[in-house]
Amino acid sequence: MVSKWNMIVDVERCNNCRACFLAVKDEHTGNDFPDYAAEQPPMGANWLDIERKERGRYPIVDAHFMPVMCNHCDDAPCMKVAKDGAIRKRDDGIVIIDPVKAKGQKEIVDACPYGAVSWNEELQLPQAWIFDAHLLDSGWNKTRAEQCCPTDVFKSVKVEDAQMQKMAADEGLEVLQPELGTKPRVYYKNMHFFNRCFVGGSVIATVDGVEECAADAEIILQQDGGELARATTDTFGEFKIDKLKPNSGSYQLEIIGTAGKLSQTFELGAESLYLGELRLV
Amino acid sequence: MRLAVILWGIPQAMRACAAIFPKFKERLKERDCIAQFALKDQRDKGRWIQLKDGRISTGAGVHANPDFTIFFKNAKIAADFLTPPFNQLERIHAAKNFMITMAGPDDLIVWFMHLVASMESYTWTSGTDMGNGVTRYTNGTNGGPIFVYVKDGKILRTTSMDFDGSDPGSFTIKARGKTFKPPRKTTLAAHGACQKSMVYSKNRILKPMKRVDFDPHGDRNIQNRGKSEFVEISWEEALDIVSGEIKRCKKVGPGAILVANGSHHQWGNLGHYLSAFNRFWNLIGVSKLMHSPDSWEGWFWGAQHHWGNSMRLGAAEPYGTVEDCLQEAEMIVFWSSDPDATYGFEGTQRRRWAKELGIKMVHIDPYLNHTAAHLGGKWISPKPGTDTAFAQALTYIWITEGTYDKEFVEKRTTGFDEWKAHVLGEDDGIPKTPEWQEGETGVPARDCRALAREWASKKTYLGVGGWGCGIGGACRGPTGAQWARMMTILAAMQGIGKPGSNMGNLQFGAPVDMNFYFPGYAEGSMSGDLAYSANSTNNYQRMPHIVTMSSVKQVIPRMWLPEAIMGKPKLGYVTAVDSVVGQFFPIGYPSPGHVPVEMIYKYGSSSFGTMVESNRWVRMYQHESLKFVVNQSVWWEGETKYADVILPACTVFERWDLGEWYNVGPGYVHHMYSMNNHRVISLQHKCIEPLGESKSDYDIFLAIAEKLDLGAVYSEGGNSELEWCKRAYESSDCAKDMSWRQFLKKGYYVVKPEPEGSRAPVGLRWFYEGRKKDVPEPYPLPSDYVDKYAEGLQTPSGKYEFVPTTLKRFDDPERPPVNKYMRTFENSENEPEIAAKYPLQLLSPHSRYPFHLMGDDEGCFLRDIREHRVKVGDHYYLTCRISPADAEARGIKDDDLIRLWNDRGSVVCAAQVTDRLRPGVISAPTASSEYRPAGEPGKSTDLGGCINILNTSKPITTKSHGIRPNTTLIEVEKWTGVDTWKPVESSQEVA
Repeated sequence: MVSKWNMIVDVERCNNCRACFLAVKDEHTGNDFPDYAAEQPPMGANWLDIERKERGRYPIVDAHFMPVMCNHCDDAPCMKVAKDGAIRKRDDGIVIIDPVKAKGQKEIVDACPYGAVSWNEELQLPQAWIFDAHLLDSGWNKTRAEQCCPTDVFKSVKVEDAQMQKMAADEGLEVLQPELGTKPRVYYKNMHFFNRCFVGGSVIATVDGVEECAADAEIILQQDGGELARATTDTFGEFKIDKLKPNSGSYQLEIIGTAGKLSQTFELGAESLYLGELRLV
Repeated sequence: MRLAVILWGIPQAMRACAAIFPKFKERLKERDCIAQFALKDQRDKGRWIQLKDGRISTGAGVHANPDFTIFFKNAKIAADFLTPPFNQLERIHAAKNFMITMAGPDDLIVWFMHLVASMESYTWTSGTDMGNGVTRYTNGTNGGPIFVYVKDGKILRTTSMDFDGSDPGSFTIKARGKTFKPPRKTTLAAHGACQKSMVYSKNRILKPMKRVDFDPHGDRNIQNRGKSEFVEISWEEALDIVSGEIKRCKKVGPGAILVANGSHHQWGNLGHYLSAFNRFWNLIGVSKLMHSPDSWEGWFWGAQHHWGNSMRLGAAEPYGTVEDCLQEAEMIVFWSSDPDATYGFEGTQRRRWAKELGIKMVHIDPYLNHTAAHLGGKWISPKPGTDTAFAQALTYIWITEGTYDKEFVEKRTTGFDEWKAHVLGEDDGIPKTPEWQEGETGVPARDCRALAREWASKKTYLGVGGWGCGIGGACRGPTGAQWARMMTILAAMQGIGKPGSNMGNLQFGAPVDMNFYFPGYAEGSMSGDLAYSANSTNNYQRMPHIVTMSSVKQVIPRMWLPEAIMGKPKLGYVTAVDSVVGQFFPIGYPSPGHVPVEMIYKYGSSSFGTMVESNRWVRMYQHESLKFVVNQSVWWEGETKYADVILPACTVFERWDLGEWYNVGPGYVHHMYSMNNHRVISLQHKCIEPLGESKSDYDIFLAIAEKLDLGAVYSEGGNSELEWCKRAYESSDCAKDMSWRQFLKKGYYVVKPEPEGSRAPVGLRWFYEGRKKDVPEPYPLPSDYVDKYAEGLQTPSGKYEFVPTTLKRFDDPERPPVNKYMRTFENSENEPEIAAKYPLQLLSPHSRYPFHLMGDDEGCFLRDIREHRVKVGDHYYLTCRISPADAEARGIKDDDLIRLWNDRGSVVCAAQVTDRLRPGVISAPTASSEYRPAGEPGKSTDLGGCINILNTSKPITTKSHGIRPNTTLIEVEKWTGVDTWKPVESSQEVA
């Protein structure tokens, strides 16, 4: 068995500082690396980009960021459309779009379901993030994205596939659009910030005629009569139950506080839900 | 005899150097001259050296026809001066006491002296060989130190630094059973990580230029500044025009020349405006701008009256707060505090440790800011400008429920009863209840009560502004002084200084070595400027150099420069840091005995993007009284073309410099490097040759100086930047541990971590415990202690003053001694007509990705960051945040081009619709490098993104010249592409 490169990206650790995004631009703008990648256009080609996801509604909102790039798929759709061996899969798992052979093959751009391949208009060339293969081949032990990240979002690991699969299962790693069967080599941790929803609310109690935040109220989330999750409101009477599947139907919420109770049903759509002010009675 | 040998040795050394080093041989060919070394007391003794077509001839004695002569008083002084190793202090002493003098053409002397001095440098090697023709150099940026990989004279890549085995270790923080250690590397803010694109930007100025319709000897066409195009000219012509105008203006009278620099510069001690720039202008004598403390405003004009700290511009002592917070605090309240926005990510790592420890987080800000989004926690979003009401209501709960630190208030403060009476409404009939504040702030009363109770029952850190102890955010608004004052009141009522109760947000005050000396940029490096830099603190003694001092005393408040030029000057107040009351001193214009300004020398940056009500600058530049304008810049920025001559400066990658990561120095941010987890000092290698015909700032000033026979004085007898670097390095503690040659090669030095026992104590712990001040800052000045030295605060009582004595001695209606909540100036009550027309409040915080406007350049990678700018058509528009409710009401969607406007101006941005913003509030970053008027400059809509066009130039408080850019009222609509905005007549008045 051979060791292959994989990238693990922890969404929770990313604050959109853009160091990785800028490092990839810095590496490839004005630099031609024969056999690996031709120069990147100075502006507009974001081989590594960062997606933004805001969940909830004012004032219970969260925002997360996810670096996205070429997934170096083991069953890469781009390779299926590439002609003349324009894309090669290296023994270490890295996918390289040949900067000479791929010239003119715009269909490679369209073939990528992740939109990770960009079209260099000037050079008539499809281009993507090369996992810093040119640096790894010359002795670097990690990618530039990992080198520069202040909060350790990235972990590039070179292991056998079986070991990677075990790691993915143990740590709950996910890949982008697994249903496509492309077998990406880029894995994500804490992806629920992007593909799951929360339900939250502000629980209020009336004490001696004065409105107060209902702290320490118990929240029980149920669906179809079965209990799914429990939570407790914080000092400000707020709660948030996360990792719910989008469009997962109707739920029932029981809120039990010292100042009273409340039952609430809601329908979860595509986005996270802020139930607003919930007054115990 | 000794002297004769030494003098004989000089030409011999030159010949040897030329034989070994072809570059030196080439330099010999640059100029022909006969140099004479002579003694004043023995006129027949000496030696001459002739250079002709690169060949050296020499003779003992005195030449009949030397081009210039270097005189020594006698043989001993000459021998001491010329014998290595050189004693810099003795050399400076000899020069400034006329024991060595020169006669002859200044430029030739400077050239020759530098030629001789530079011989040693040919034996130096710099950078690390990485193989394949790649050399790894080092450099420094405002965003952090970097490695620079260079191949074939071109920058290949820039990266943050990974430490290796030759570097010392890192500190350890133990907190609640856990041990934390920072990563073994440096981190970079975005504006530090985009530098390669800045160097090779299409927007670089590469040749000297002259406005096509400007004739210094004929028609100047002043009215066309900002409209006309430019033609390239030679350096010689440019220098002739500029030096000619300097001479002309000096004859007009003192103060006729004004120099205008931005607040910042490229990183590096030598090239900074406080160094090479100040040194030069002190030799010329110029009017200067009085900058307001524009990132501190409310702390400076307000907070410091309660507790002093004038040399921190009113901000809190940061020492030891990182460890104390991690070890003791149970909650951090971030109040208008977004350290993740601007100040790099060293603190981000530490805040993640706090999260790991389960410390609760609360964020008070109308925008769910970057730090808040990353950390999570409770978000409270008051209406902009109303935070004071919210804070007062917190104290109402503490007072009525008896949950403040009574012992601290009793022993360490004054004026509490008067304050308490105000909070309870005994003086004005308004109890400052949570319900009362809800009407002002929009924050539910229950949230106010919950926070007040949680705060009083838990050890709480109050993180104010970006650094946790001041700077940025709510202090920069019309209610900024009230707010900053309230923050100190909250801290005092909860016993600031006791374990776990302090100001901080883990950004400032990491346990690094605070005693190891390396100069910060504010120490002025080579400036010799004892008056307008922190040079006198350490640098003047550590690096002997000649003092410089300007004979011109005229200063103009920067915010009101246009008014001064256009003949309607406004009264400013001194931005004094040495005392609390220095800020009460008024400054008028013109100064007595001085003349009005008729020449401006603009040094980088763009006022359009950084100064409030910026359309005023267009009117100023086109005003007939302003006869000449020079702009010395690296890039074409919004203001650059409002000039007559443009001089191309190079980037810091094309010249020599040195500096320490975030080491600003004493004077206003002492020990700022404790924002970092490691102290990193970097040589800023000249990595590549200057692009085009650009030159370093130092070389530009030297070239102008030579036109005025000031070259030898400016360069201290021919020092180049590299020699200055060596002198500065050898003045530091680094040189005791790493030789100059080693430093030159490796390029950086990491200071050893501070052992636990000798780390700086926690800020104000000494005050809380009633001891002498023990944190390592030399403030306040000894004369400002009212009792024994180092006892008490810098207030007239030596205690924390709830009702400041100094404000009782001064009459400013917006700074009453009792800190009242006063509504922000532009509101429906004060200005109903304005409020009806412009219903939205504009926040203009510090930019997240550029550093002010550095990095916002059109050729910079940062423009591709969609949270910064969005490309629509062929232009990148500044991103502006708007709530879904406000967007929907105006038919605005994400990335739509929208127009923001009021009576003062109109600016087009790209919308970012977000639930992270309180409805009714618009948020757009304060700085833009670009100014792109859709029509007539100053009288049309700006497409460049200069948000400050919309902000008022009224001061933060009546008797100040501080800015108040936040809470400005505006309206927003979808941009139609047709500019219909016209300036309102009254907004064109300057008075």
